[in-house]
Amino acid sequence: MVHELSSNRPTAPMARRSIAKSLIGLLLSSKPGPSSRLTASGSVTYMPSPGEGAPRVVTLIPGDGIGPYVTDAVEQVMKAMHAPVLFEKYDIRGDMKSVPEEVMASIKKNKVCLKGGLHTPVGGGVNSLNVQLRKELDLYASLVNCCNLPGLPTRHENVDIVVIRENTEGEYSGLEHEVVPGVVESLKVITKFCSERIALYAFEYANLNNRKKVTAVHKANIMKLADGLFLESCREVAKRYPGIKYNEIIVDNCCMQLVSKPEQFDVMVTPNLYGNLVANTAAGIAGGTGFMPGGNVGADHAIFEQGASAGNVGNIKILDQKKANPVALLLSSAMMLRHLLFPSFADRLENAVKGVILEGKCRTKDLGGDSTTQEVVDAVIAALD
Amino acid sequence: MASRIIRRVAGSGARCILASPAKSPSSSLPAPGRDFSSQTPITATLFPGDEIGPEIAESVKQVFKAAEIPIKWEEHYIGTEIDPRTQSCLTWESLESVRCNRVGLKGPMATPIGKGHRSLNLTMRKELNLYANVRPCYSLPGYKTRYDNVNLVTIRENTEGEYSGLEHQVVRGVVESLKIITRSASLRVAEYAFHYAKANGRERVSAIHKANIMQKTDGLFLECCREVAEKYPEIKYEEVIIDNCCMMLVKNPTLFDVLVMPNLYGDIISDLCAGLIRGLGLTPSCNIGEGGIALAEAVHGSAPDIAGKNMANPTALLLSSVMMLRHLNLNEKANQIQNAIIGTIADGKYRTADLGGSSSTTEFTNAICDNL
Repeated sequence: MVHELSSNRPTAPMARRSIAKSLIGLLLSSKPGPSSRLTASGSVTYMPSPGEGAPRVVTLIPGDGIGPYVTDAVEQVMKAMHAPVLFEKYDIRGDMKSVPEEVMASIKKNKVCLKGGLHTPVGGGVNSLNVQLRKELDLYASLVNCCNLPGLPTRHENVDIVVIRENTEGEYSGLEHEVVPGVVESLKVITKFCSERIALYAFEYANLNNRKKVTAVHKANIMKLADGLFLESCREVAKRYPGIKYNEIIVDNCCMQLVSKPEQFDVMVTPNLYGNLVANTAAGIAGGTGFMPGGNVGADHAIFEQGASAGNVGNIKILDQKKANPVALLLSSAMMLRHLLFPSFADRLENAVKGVILEGKCRTKDLGGDSTTQEVVDAVIAALD
Repeated sequence: MASRIIRRVAGSGARCILASPAKSPSSSLPAPGRDFSSQTPITATLFPGDEIGPEIAESVKQVFKAAEIPIKWEEHYIGTEIDPRTQSCLTWESLESVRCNRVGLKGPMATPIGKGHRSLNLTMRKELNLYANVRPCYSLPGYKTRYDNVNLVTIRENTEGEYSGLEHQVVRGVVESLKIITRSASLRVAEYAFHYAKANGRERVSAIHKANIMQKTDGLFLECCREVAEKYPEIKYEEVIIDNCCMMLVKNPTLFDVLVMPNLYGDIISDLCAGLIRGLGLTPSCNIGEGGIALAEAVHGSAPDIAGKNMANPTALLLSSVMMLRHLNLNEKANQIQNAIIGTIADGKYRTADLGGSSSTTEFTNAICDNL
């Protein structure tokens, strides 16, 4: 992508696009971009508008469990890099009734937020705060980037999957009621409006990031109307992007294929619940949810957090021994830096983290190692250039 | 015939027989009220199915004959016309046969495309009230996959949940689909799961859910599981959220033992587990219905591209028939056949194309018969 920007050879789609779009494409890319060193054709030139280098204020929500440790890791690394980011910290816990007004106001003002996980107590009668944030801010796309990190031992090779999941409706509508004692109903709502916009986001993402294929995941053989509507919307959008291959796969077959042949998938677009399962499976085969970055984005706001399983905040043992894995959140904060139009900082952070993983000396508990969070952070800071 | 029916119906209550030692890949499905100590042949319904179905059904018949199993097969085929009594191509006689015999074996069936009739699987499920789908997944020794030491059983609620089929369009562009969870269905499947775990020497049952988001529906399911768990204090019970479950399954499947789940999660997780052991071609499955009906089936497709070429792999149907034998308490014979199958695959000399070998169906079947 970067080479094409600085070369003189007019590659048709790139040359015709406006500079702004190309920049946005570069910035939205969650693929590892080349470092900001000299490339074959010259140094990378990201030309900001005046004033864009001013520090941006970002809302920071440490969250529950391992949340505070990993967000602290991000703060330390940001400081070491002198990244132009200022954090406005707010402490909320997963068992609160709702997100406090001031936190919402802060996110609406800053537009960007970084957060650790919020644990929703099961059966506590409390609605998930993760879901509430997504709905109120209309963060309709959840993105998880699952790809093999060199140096991370996994059973599967060639995993490079981005799961884009509809984030506001579907099975998570929260509309449940007891019909008679012992019989409970839950409504799954699918609308054309939401299905269309998530399909559009998926294809746009694929287009801007040079991805070749979009796969829609569904169960329309059983849920004919609901998932049928979702598929219809995907097909319509696919027609507008003839350069990108489109196919459909049933969700149970999809999970089976993910564990046997993950290299066949590129970008996946799914409704809410299936997206949750597929994202966690994909993250698992690529190395674990402790390593995969991701975020939620809407038209006006974006919240970056650990890619999959945001409600999983670790267990007591990890907390006591301070061995939480900060990699997912560090990589998510790199995605955030690109979103804030600071691509060079993003590249440096990503390269440092990847270097530490490749070296393999610092391994946290989920990799079978014994390092503490602080040790990983120190290694990353040392690897920064 | 009538005396046989009376004998079965008047049999004593449910008997639990502890099958092989704990954590073995056996899958015993104790049938309440049956006594098969006598050697009178048991009649079982056989649906060979379509395409490769008849070929693999032949393999099963051949192996059973070689092992001298006292089973008499009553074969039924899918009709080409819709039977109005069942609203599908499955005739009323076929269903009655399964209800009578209480056991059946089903090969792969291709649902004819078209409107105006129910899918075959749906018909069977509803008419026979098949409420639990049991799929043991274990790594076959000698056949290396990315995951070794997989040894778990997925038990899926098969009648309600997200697959109720109740959908409607509210207004143009807005569709609602209902997910139903009832106390009775959840209790029923939880009971079966713990019963199965106890009878097979399993140590732990995990309930998979998303009750942090779907509080009332999955909450009710969990409540029922907890109630049943209290009756089985010797079996460990835990609850795992579905996203963690997916992640743990792909990273370390040995963490799980018996999984019990509502319909949708069960569908996805059981296929995921099949993927861990390299596919539906090797996975046995059994559906349990009210009154102790057991319908074992091969869950793979009918593979029209290799039909008639003597290339199909009969392992899934054979292992499902083993499950059926255990349900009938013919454990010795079941072990014999199972060991023969595992031994043949482990040997590596005779393997069908999907396992990377070049043997035909008949060669593979003959090898199993030799190994008995």
